[in-house]
Amino acid sequence: MVNESSVFFSRLLTEFTLTFHIIYATIGVGVPLMIMIAQWLGIKKNDEHYILLARRIARGYVITVAVGVVTGTAFGLQLSLLWPSFMEVAGNVIALPLFMETFAFFFEAIFLGIYLYTWDRFENQKKHFLLLIPVAVGSAMSAVFITIVNAFMNSPQGFDIQDGQLTNIQPIVAMFSPSMPTKVGHVLVSAFMTSAFLLAAIAAYRMIRGSRHAYYKKSLFLFMKIGLVFSIATAIVGDFSAKYLAEYQPEKLAAAEWHFETEKDADLILFGVLNEETEQIKYEIRIPKMLSFLAHNNFNAEVTGLNAFPKDETPPLYIHYLFDFMVTIGVFMILLSLVYVIAKIRKWLFVDSKWFRWLIVLGGPLTFLAIEAGWWLAEVGRQPWILVKYMKVADAATTSGNVGLMAILFGILYVILGIGSVVVLVRMFKSNPVERELADRKMEGGDSK
Amino acid sequence: MNIEILGITVLWIFLFGYILVGSIDFGAGFFNAHGIMTGKQHILSKIIQRYLSPVWEVTNVFFVFFFVGIIGFFPKTAVYFGQPMLIPGSIILILLCIRGSYYAFEAYGARGHKGYATMYGIAGVLMPAALSIVLTISEGGFVDIVNGQPELNYKALFTSPLTWSIVILSISACLYISATFLTWYANEAKDMAARDLLRKYALIWAIPLVISVIGIMVELKSHNPEHYDRMVDLWYLLALSALMFIGTIYLLFKKMKFGLAIGLVIGQFLLAFFAYGISHYPYLMYPHLTLYDSFTNQTMAIALVVTFILGLCLLVPAMWLILKLFVFNKNYAEGKEDHHA
Repeated sequence: MVNESSVFFSRLLTEFTLTFHIIYATIGVGVPLMIMIAQWLGIKKNDEHYILLARRIARGYVITVAVGVVTGTAFGLQLSLLWPSFMEVAGNVIALPLFMETFAFFFEAIFLGIYLYTWDRFENQKKHFLLLIPVAVGSAMSAVFITIVNAFMNSPQGFDIQDGQLTNIQPIVAMFSPSMPTKVGHVLVSAFMTSAFLLAAIAAYRMIRGSRHAYYKKSLFLFMKIGLVFSIATAIVGDFSAKYLAEYQPEKLAAAEWHFETEKDADLILFGVLNEETEQIKYEIRIPKMLSFLAHNNFNAEVTGLNAFPKDETPPLYIHYLFDFMVTIGVFMILLSLVYVIAKIRKWLFVDSKWFRWLIVLGGPLTFLAIEAGWWLAEVGRQPWILVKYMKVADAATTSGNVGLMAILFGILYVILGIGSVVVLVRMFKSNPVERELADRKMEGGDSK
Repeated sequence: MNIEILGITVLWIFLFGYILVGSIDFGAGFFNAHGIMTGKQHILSKIIQRYLSPVWEVTNVFFVFFFVGIIGFFPKTAVYFGQPMLIPGSIILILLCIRGSYYAFEAYGARGHKGYATMYGIAGVLMPAALSIVLTISEGGFVDIVNGQPELNYKALFTSPLTWSIVILSISACLYISATFLTWYANEAKDMAARDLLRKYALIWAIPLVISVIGIMVELKSHNPEHYDRMVDLWYLLALSALMFIGTIYLLFKKMKFGLAIGLVIGQFLLAFFAYGISHYPYLMYPHLTLYDSFTNQTMAIALVVTFILGLCLLVPAMWLILKLFVFNKNYAEGKEDHHA
């Protein structure tokens, strides 16, 4: 009794919500750490510029948090509305991290409120700084817990099914599923990376627009450094993810790499165009034996191919493009930030040129696209399962009609919220530029300090 | 007390918490928007903003806590409520999204933006009405089992007087709670103009509140006699609740002891809410779903209870801190301190 249009629209609506939510959620997870670092540097170096930087980021952050919170709430409830049968299982097996997530969220919400409304209230800036710790920890922990739930969907464990009944349930085992360490790690460091590059892009943009203030120079250098560290970390954890996939979800890896026949010395395929009928790949860059190495740390290891799986249990092949897109941007950002940081230390001037700054500006949106591509890859890559090997997506969706109408309504809503938040943010910072705020606070201005 | 009862009690308390803080929040948005339309904004907006700004996100978490908790303790509710609630649930979410984000846009971004304020005011007053649908359908008679799947019978739902009594109750209770709370808050902040206006609103909204309560009892008697009888058995709780209501109205009339009035409002709704909840036992959705046949496995239940206790150890001090810094802090409430980022 599967209602195909309900399944289709449930998937569509879930995709809309998550795609939109992830933009704000990534900022929500990553930016508190950036505020924390900026404020800490401000206190440590006794430099008002960093304190002001923290304050201005915090102000913009509120707007993104608001959209992140409401869309996150929407998604939480939509899970039960759109995927009731899945949630029934989830309630029995994986409710623990969901429940913990609400506490992390509570914790973050309370301290964020306090942090935002107690600027200048404490004699000692360090006290105010301390309020940021629960905000950053809370937001990171919500990401951890919710990613644990997603990891469980990819590699369910901690329960048995006997005659259609769930038995022998072990909530803790369910939380620590095989894909959990790499998923959580990748989500966290990539959120930090994305937020750093976003803030770097803003600073670079202001400098292109003619702001010469030391505030922007400090800001740009700081966030490029942070971005470099976290983009390298993201790549390393990403490599672990590939090794996890090779062992536990080989069909996802095989589909992402267009690896059809099980073989030793498997080549890695970068880019290319696939003819799905003939399984012929054109225009690719082929790196011999690299896939074997990525999957098993051994250039001669055997990698399972897609043809080893039943046709109705393999994901769509277009995820290869998503994989390439994500990895290419990741590598590009590592190189860009590496060049920038080295050039700054060596005092090479070309990184202060307009074209290089434009590359940094471009880096902001690109990393967000990489995040989206990464999530689409991860989620589409486990089609057709909602709980890999246990429950198919088609059996979990609601049977109600009208899901299509709801998808349209939410689609409109997200467009409005997206435009609204951008308009408000732009207006907020345009009407109160740094130069004026510095003057208002009677702080020193000028080219450098 | 068995663990099923413990579970539902925890959730019921949190739902009560949401109703309380949510009402203040929804009502405040409505009064703010109403103020803008009638040109009384200068009286109200300061006091409302000052209370709402640091706590709006916390209010929202109460809601998340409830629906995550109920899936955790009672996983079958996902099927019995999730499936039929697709449309009303989605409407609630859309309202919530508009509300939350437009509140932030107005409060932090474009201060005093009329469009934003109106959006969040209207969305706010529709929220309690939309949310109350859940309570209505839990009374039974509105969800049919078609081909083994629960489906909502919209015609039965929208033609039932019970539905509309509950809608009126939820809206008027929301505005009554909000106005009383803000009267007290304005009084603490020594903002007499705001206090007097809000006091007037509280007294006005008490009238539909009383009428709808009577209406619900009458409707319930014919709609779900079992529930009605169990409610009558708890007459002493309801009577006490009514006395507290009379007490609040008296204090508001006399313009005295607003702090006590707030205490009485909380007590009144707490008693009524628990009398309603206890008499609903053992059904989650009459007559399809009881507390017992939807309860999660024992291992998960224990894990959730342990997490809940540990979570409270974090939460209670944090909540106390935010109340002390903003709600019970005279300097902040009076606007002498405004250290917004």
